[in-house]
Amino acid sequence: MPTTKHTISALVQNKPGVLAHVAQMFAARSFNIDSLAVGRTEDPDISRMTIVVLANDSTVEQVRKQLGKIIPVVKVHDWTDENLVQRDLMLVKVAAPPEKRTEIQSLIEMFQAKVVDIGPKFVMVEVTGPEEKIEAFIDMCRPYGVKDVARTGIIAMPRHPRSPRQQAKENK
Amino acid sequence: MSDKSLSTPPKAGGKSGKPKEASKPEMTGSEIFCQTLISEGVETMFGYPGGVVLPVFDALYDSPINFILSRHEQGATHMADAYARATGKVGVVLVTSGPGATNTVTGIATAYMDSTPMVVITGQVKTPLIGNDAFQEADTTGITRPITKHNCIVKNVKDLERSLREAFFIARTGRPGPVLIDLPLDVSIAKTNLNGSEQQMDLPGYRVRPLGHLRQIKRAAEAINAAERPVIYAGGGVILSDAAQELTALVNKANVPITTTLLGLGGFDENDPKSLHMLGMHGTAYANFAVQECDVLVAIGARFDDRITGDVKRFAPNAKVIHIDIDPASISKNVKVDIPVVGDAKNILTELVNFVEHRDRPGWFERIEGWKQKYPLVYDNNTEGIKPQYVIEEVSRQTKGQALITTGVGQHQMWAAQFYRFSRPRHFITSGGLGTMGFGFPAAIGAQIAMPDEVVVNFDGDSSFSMTLNELPTAVEHKLPVKVCVLNNGYMGMVRQWQELFYGKRYSKSFLQHPSFAKVAEAFGAVGLTATKKVEVPEIVERMLKEKQCCVVDFHVEREENVWPMVASGSGLHEMAGLPTESIERL
Ligand SMILES: Cc1cc2nc3c(=O)[nH]c(=O)nc-3n(C[C@H](O)[C@H](O)[C@H](O)COP(=O)(O)OP(=O)(O)OC[C@H]3O[C@@H](n4cnc5c(N)ncnc54)[C@H](O)[C@@H]3O)c2cc1C
Ligand SMILES: Cc1ncc(C[n+]2csc(CCOP(=O)(O)OP(=O)(O)O)c2C)c(N)n1
Repeated sequence: MPTTKHTISALVQNKPGVLAHVAQMFAARSFNIDSLAVGRTEDPDISRMTIVVLANDSTVEQVRKQLGKIIPVVKVHDWTDENLVQRDLMLVKVAAPPEKRTEIQSLIEMFQAKVVDIGPKFVMVEVTGPEEKIEAFIDMCRPYGVKDVARTGIIAMPRHPRSPRQQAKENK
Repeated sequence: MSDKSLSTPPKAGGKSGKPKEASKPEMTGSEIFCQTLISEGVETMFGYPGGVVLPVFDALYDSPINFILSRHEQGATHMADAYARATGKVGVVLVTSGPGATNTVTGIATAYMDSTPMVVITGQVKTPLIGNDAFQEADTTGITRPITKHNCIVKNVKDLERSLREAFFIARTGRPGPVLIDLPLDVSIAKTNLNGSEQQMDLPGYRVRPLGHLRQIKRAAEAINAAERPVIYAGGGVILSDAAQELTALVNKANVPITTTLLGLGGFDENDPKSLHMLGMHGTAYANFAVQECDVLVAIGARFDDRITGDVKRFAPNAKVIHIDIDPASISKNVKVDIPVVGDAKNILTELVNFVEHRDRPGWFERIEGWKQKYPLVYDNNTEGIKPQYVIEEVSRQTKGQALITTGVGQHQMWAAQFYRFSRPRHFITSGGLGTMGFGFPAAIGAQIAMPDEVVVNFDGDSSFSMTLNELPTAVEHKLPVKVCVLNNGYMGMVRQWQELFYGKRYSKSFLQHPSFAKVAEAFGAVGLTATKKVEVPEIVERMLKEKQCCVVDFHVEREENVWPMVASGSGLHEMAGLPTESIERL
């Protein structure tokens, strides 16, 4: 079976050790995490983990079921086949000697990115978007010199969002 | 779904209503602990004290709970595990922090792999010291997270009762398993008025779906009715769900041959002609052939372990697979399932039996009978020395198959599964999933405490027994008439067998020099006996069974006997080595 990227969302109770538990389960069962993003939801007791997994269909089925067995995990959804909005946020430091700045500036505009800091030798740029866009931006910056990259990992939402509380009521 | 009402955890403490904080007397965490355990129905618990749990032990001093003090925390954990397996109740363990907690790890992992309901309470250093590498501090929840169904640390005494109730609820419902509660010293002495009893359990992420989907049950029944060569493959889930009766009803009504896993033994009477006994790596040839040739395989509370399937790609190649299991993650984990039925085996079987129809299937039963005649379980008993299988058969004969058996891990464990004839559930207690040597003897102690009127026999290996024989004084102290049959081959027999077969007989580090186990037993205050010849066996077994106190019999058995048949790893389930030839006769 082919290995592809699957986006899984897990709503979890805000309790100590939940992140460790999820991470440990992935390691113990040799599931492959591509990215993992955690953040609060509008419900202070519940956080959302968005996990991108590299797996074939039967493995991702196990991932979903094993996540569901973790008791503080309230709701698991495999969003692979949904019509998703996916976003990654990146901060990237690009070498920018004065003679290249206009070139870089037009690149930034093309990507609808934003300069968030500027120094004598570099600019720091904020880019958001789907993964391909982020990666394309890095590629375009490579000739100038990419000094540092920080990314949040993918967060995602299907195009008809439901509230986490509503989802928590449904079965895992 | 229709089972919504069943799926919501009940309120903690039963009675609903407004918290009545003012009317409640103040209690310490330790007192709350004792009271909650009692109200959860705990009569017996196992453990070992230490610094940070002294307040809890002090509260236990005046409590009616029967506390069994082991000689090692691993022993306490195996005792509680076997107590749970023998009774179906939750086994309870209390130990101290640090080394006390880490000593329970093997026992917890053993219980986790075999889905035993257990609650383990570990002491922890005071909350302000956590993370400081304090004396006897260990990250117990971190260490045990992968081997528990759930665990948590209780940092506020107001959460203690709720957490304990959640622990018992999680341990015994759904697919059972061990739950660990880490209890810091300051929480056990802090006071509160037990308002936890009025708090609802807070488990939005835990749902149990006990009822099977009716449509799936009907589909399963249709497949069974249409089958020409069906086989039922029943596992530990049948025992856990107390579904032996319902299983028997199904087998008899639908008229289907049945094999069980190591952990399913006793789920169906092995003396019944429809029983194919155990399947798998060391299962019977007739069970393994039947599974490979069947057209419908009905797995009930079994998890397609690799010791069952052999080469999984060639497992039951022509079968439509029905899988009844309470854990959705068990389904299609190793083998693709055609008709999954998620839910409790007892409930599902009760429904399923209504939809199955009797079929004669004469051809299928004839074929199976042919295999049974051609490939029975045999060994050559024509020796002066003692064959280990013979000891087991003799004990089986004298106890009429009615004893409660525990085992260590190794060859003797497989022979016990092959040659003792089980007819009732909860009478074979063995470490299947983790394969923990040293399990058998403390397990026998736990089982005997749970079942004072049963004959409890531990078939053990010399090496396995050596790992936990430090519990002899526990058995002696409580005057437990536990019987230990050490099948002493002077080797780690199972390791030696693999070295013989796969490593050119290079017996690297697989033999141990042992003391006289009889003398060891006597030194601890138990009865010790030794048998070296076959002719002595019937009489010494009789004497052992008559003993009113703990009795260890050291059977010096043939040293290089092997377990047959055997499916080597990577082979198909039907590719068994060591099948009997016509020249060996059953003696
Ligand atoms: C040396 C050695 C050799 C071995 N050789 C063999 C061998 O030849 N043959 C063999 O069979 N085993 C053998 N084993 C044991 C093997 O490793 C496994 O432990 C065993 O096969 C698992 O049994 P099981 O499938 O019944 O699963 P269990 O571990 O008992 O799992 C129970 C299943 O039932 C489900 N369940 C739990 N509660 C319920 C409920 N209420 N309703 C429905 N389902 C429920 C669970 O979700 C799970 O899927 C051997 C072990 C050792 C140490
Ligand atoms: C704690 C532990 N360590 C190691 C093993 C690996 N192992 C499996 S069987 C076995 C030998 C068991 O020897 P013994 O108890 O004498 O039983 P026999 O096979 O001789 O009947 C060993 C070492 C294990 N299962 N458990």
